[in-house]
Amino acid sequence: MTGTIPAGTPAPGGVNDEVSSAPGGLVKDVVALDRVVIRLAGDSGDGMQLTGNRFTSETASFGNDLSTLPNFPAEIRAPTGTLPGVSSFQLHFADHDIMTPGDAPDVLVVMNPAALKANLVDLPGGGLLIADSDEFTPRNLAKVGYATNPLEDGSLEGWQLVAVPLTSMTTDALSGSGLGKKEAERSKNMFTLGLLSWMYHRPTEGTVRFLERQFRKKPEIAAANIAAFRAGFNYGETTEAFAVSYEIKPAPMAPGRYRNISGNQALSYGLVAAGQRSGLPVFLGAYPITPASDILHELSKHKSFGVRTFQAEDEIAGIGAALGASFGGALGITTTSGPGVALKAETIGLAVMTELPLVIVDVQRGGPSTGLPTKTEQSDLLQAMFGRNGEAPVPVVAPRSPGDCFDAAIEAARIALTYRTPVILLSDGYLANGAEPWAIPDVDSLPDLRVEFTTEPNGSAEDGTEGQFLPYLRDPETLARPWAVPGTAGLQHRIGGLEKADKTGNISYDAANHDFMVRTRQAKIDGIAASLPATEVDDPNGDARVAVIGWGSTYGPIGAACRRIRRSGRSIAQVHLRHLNPLPADLGEILARYDRVVCPEMNLGQMAMLLRAKYLIDVESHTQVRGLPFRAAELAAVLQDVIDAGAAPAGAATTGGHA
Amino acid sequence: MTTLPDPLLSHPDPTAGHVHDLGMPAADPIAAAVAAGGDKQTALKAKDFKTDQEVRWCPGCGDYVILNAVQSFLPSLGIAREDMVIVSGIGCSSRFPYYMNTYGMHSIHGRAPAIATGLAASRPDLSVWVVTGDGDALSIGGNHLIHTLRRNVNLTILLFNNRIYGLTKGQYSPTSEIGKVTKSTPMGSLDHPFNPISLALGADATFVGRAMDSDRKGLTEVLRQAAEHQGTSLVEIYQNCNIFNDGAFDLLKDPATGAQWSIPLVHGQPLVFGPDGGACVVRDEFGGLRIAETNQVDAAQIVVHDAHREDPSYAFALSRLSHQDLRYTPMGVFRSVQKPVYERMMADQLEDARAEQPADLGALLSGNDNWVVA
Repeated sequence: MTGTIPAGTPAPGGVNDEVSSAPGGLVKDVVALDRVVIRLAGDSGDGMQLTGNRFTSETASFGNDLSTLPNFPAEIRAPTGTLPGVSSFQLHFADHDIMTPGDAPDVLVVMNPAALKANLVDLPGGGLLIADSDEFTPRNLAKVGYATNPLEDGSLEGWQLVAVPLTSMTTDALSGSGLGKKEAERSKNMFTLGLLSWMYHRPTEGTVRFLERQFRKKPEIAAANIAAFRAGFNYGETTEAFAVSYEIKPAPMAPGRYRNISGNQALSYGLVAAGQRSGLPVFLGAYPITPASDILHELSKHKSFGVRTFQAEDEIAGIGAALGASFGGALGITTTSGPGVALKAETIGLAVMTELPLVIVDVQRGGPSTGLPTKTEQSDLLQAMFGRNGEAPVPVVAPRSPGDCFDAAIEAARIALTYRTPVILLSDGYLANGAEPWAIPDVDSLPDLRVEFTTEPNGSAEDGTEGQFLPYLRDPETLARPWAVPGTAGLQHRIGGLEKADKTGNISYDAANHDFMVRTRQAKIDGIAASLPATEVDDPNGDARVAVIGWGSTYGPIGAACRRIRRSGRSIAQVHLRHLNPLPADLGEILARYDRVVCPEMNLGQMAMLLRAKYLIDVESHTQVRGLPFRAAELAAVLQDVIDAGAAPAGAATTGGHA
Repeated sequence: MTTLPDPLLSHPDPTAGHVHDLGMPAADPIAAAVAAGGDKQTALKAKDFKTDQEVRWCPGCGDYVILNAVQSFLPSLGIAREDMVIVSGIGCSSRFPYYMNTYGMHSIHGRAPAIATGLAASRPDLSVWVVTGDGDALSIGGNHLIHTLRRNVNLTILLFNNRIYGLTKGQYSPTSEIGKVTKSTPMGSLDHPFNPISLALGADATFVGRAMDSDRKGLTEVLRQAAEHQGTSLVEIYQNCNIFNDGAFDLLKDPATGAQWSIPLVHGQPLVFGPDGGACVVRDEFGGLRIAETNQVDAAQIVVHDAHREDPSYAFALSRLSHQDLRYTPMGVFRSVQKPVYERMMADQLEDARAEQPADLGALLSGNDNWVVA
């Protein structure tokens, strides 16, 4: 095939054809694009996630803005070549600030027929489709129900198809490597990465260094992968199949040092930083669970920071050990996903009662029950808010992007340590595995989280005896109780799950005391709102009549939808919540300013329900539970309809579920 | 437990002894708080371990006897009250921490070993105890118990076994004998009971002992060894619930029958018991143990108790001598062996990691692949 292949969405007037001369005498065009969305899809064993991550790293170091969406099955190795085994990685990169991994790919790379069948529906007509023709064998075609080979039967005419024998070219390139055929074939993902690196002018040194590092102990494997990677790059440069390469200039970003970071990594670093800034040892008690396990893996690498990681026998022991460590003066942390939060509920209640700092990280996934372990959802909000027996208020904090997981983790630790309370940090699978460029913060600019342990008696007994320690004598401002760690002489005290008498913390079944303590625990959590900054409202025109409010990982799609709306000449205000409990003190007044308020969520309207209950505002819920993030274009259409329908809320307050 | 190196001392404040402010970060805040608390008093009496809280067990409960025994023997360990933490779960026995003038947490049902593990793992300087019961430890908390035992966390676990649920008013427990008629089993329970000693040995517990609530001397001796053991110690204490299971252990307590059916375990001594030493323990043909009449066997055949055997199968065989009806019940220390202690190994890994690469938060956040936008 020859000719220009459309890819990406060229910016109006942004296309800038240049001509380059490749070795081998071919003259190739270079087309400038402002943004591209690439999706790599293959079998779970094809290394698509690794390939995607490497392409992401190259893209990040090149200086594009980017956002990623890994999408993989829960099965580690579903039967080869089948639809359930398809794993994909989508990357959106641009020469400007972007907010989502892209609604649909411009370029789809499929490593087998199953990957084609599972992903073609998302590739818009005219999009570039690169397929590994070696894998389109009768056997593989039959596995997914293709009667004829779509690469040859004309059914793909609506797309720009480039069929490339990626597997055999990889094995050819490695024929002298001494590797067997099977082993050599495993490098086809690196061949593909090389080809894409050529197509998009990605730097290659990072990948070579990475492969050398990764296979330090198997130099022959490192050499083979590097050879395959280079062969793919050279193939792009010399083949007639690809006449054009693309250039996406670096995105303008605020000055500073950047790196690429995933949500789980940023969250882990935030917890390490919280330990350093508080001076307290970090203790993580955790049980492996998708998609939170990477936090356990990451934190277990940072023992030099005094981080202890304990892989417990179950979710309950994970949080129990963390709470025990908190009693001893550590920053206790437990990490899990929704099913684990359910198991931890009783211990969270104990932490509420004993008023000890504890951070519970819930990386949400599709539910209920085991649900969709590798897919994203926001359906644990009400579990986080209310999923305990008794009146057991817990602060809830949510990050909005992968990099923001760092700040959200520090904020969760701040609240836990300041108010002596368990805090739930609600991340999700999309944030956890997604990645973006992150401005590396200056360590000295991070919040000071130092705490003061109580070391002296703080009151007198009921009979007037001086020099007593009253473990439930509260700070008048924060209502936090004193934190006296075991080992401190003279402050011995007992805490537990039974109701506490005010001040002394002794067991009390007194009716009036219980009423007082229940209200006090609630007032302590409500009072956190006083420490929160004013809510930011993004309304550049200042005349919006419709506001959209979200929380968590919907920030990117909602923000991108708002940009589209504003580009169309309409106004919309965006509010995105970091603190879900307590809600910011100014939120009710802000929402009351707008004629209509829309709340998009990846659940069936949980935050909308809370907002309606708290503020008596007719919040309109727009929901989707597909296990994937919202598409910006679809959200924009929903919001535009609300704006164009005018001030009066039309009909039912709930849209949704249809996306 | 009492002789562990103090981690707070193993990280001396590098600024100590300097006259000038070197601008060093403050020392560990936990160590600072402990130091600010002042001198540690270790010359204590039993009454120093009592609290002002009214003890609220039923009159006549075996728990009173155990509480008194513990308070009486603790001063001999030389542990300051503030360095001791008692963690309990839910049940009658789990009220124990409220009556001890130490740090304590009365937690939730079955979870005390998990909570204590986190505390002990992060604070090796403390003496951490767990007080639990047969329902708490073996039913709802069975998982935590076995995993704590296999990890060998430095904990002393006191398991009050009264073979009944007391606080919920009289249902059968995982140690109740088959056929037990209770409120929830009017036609008799169907469950085969756990033998807590066998269970602990199956989990490779490094210290396992058994004592009787009313036997102050025997209980104190087992508790002392348990407290001095490095690693997890499990002590099963037969405890009489005079309300819902009164007389459960009378066969062993009654002077008329106790000597006949109790097998005292003394390290290095032959296992001879019964009135006039008429019974003994010998090896059977399958490598296990059996009861024999002393005058029917050669003295050389009588097993000499060795609590330090590395292989737990001997101690396990001892634990299998007893029946549900309590005949042939060994009392004392079944097993006491040395193995690496969990929190020590954890602390060592932290030390090793620090030695390899000192903590540098700025470097961590920057990572290896970063770029500058001017």
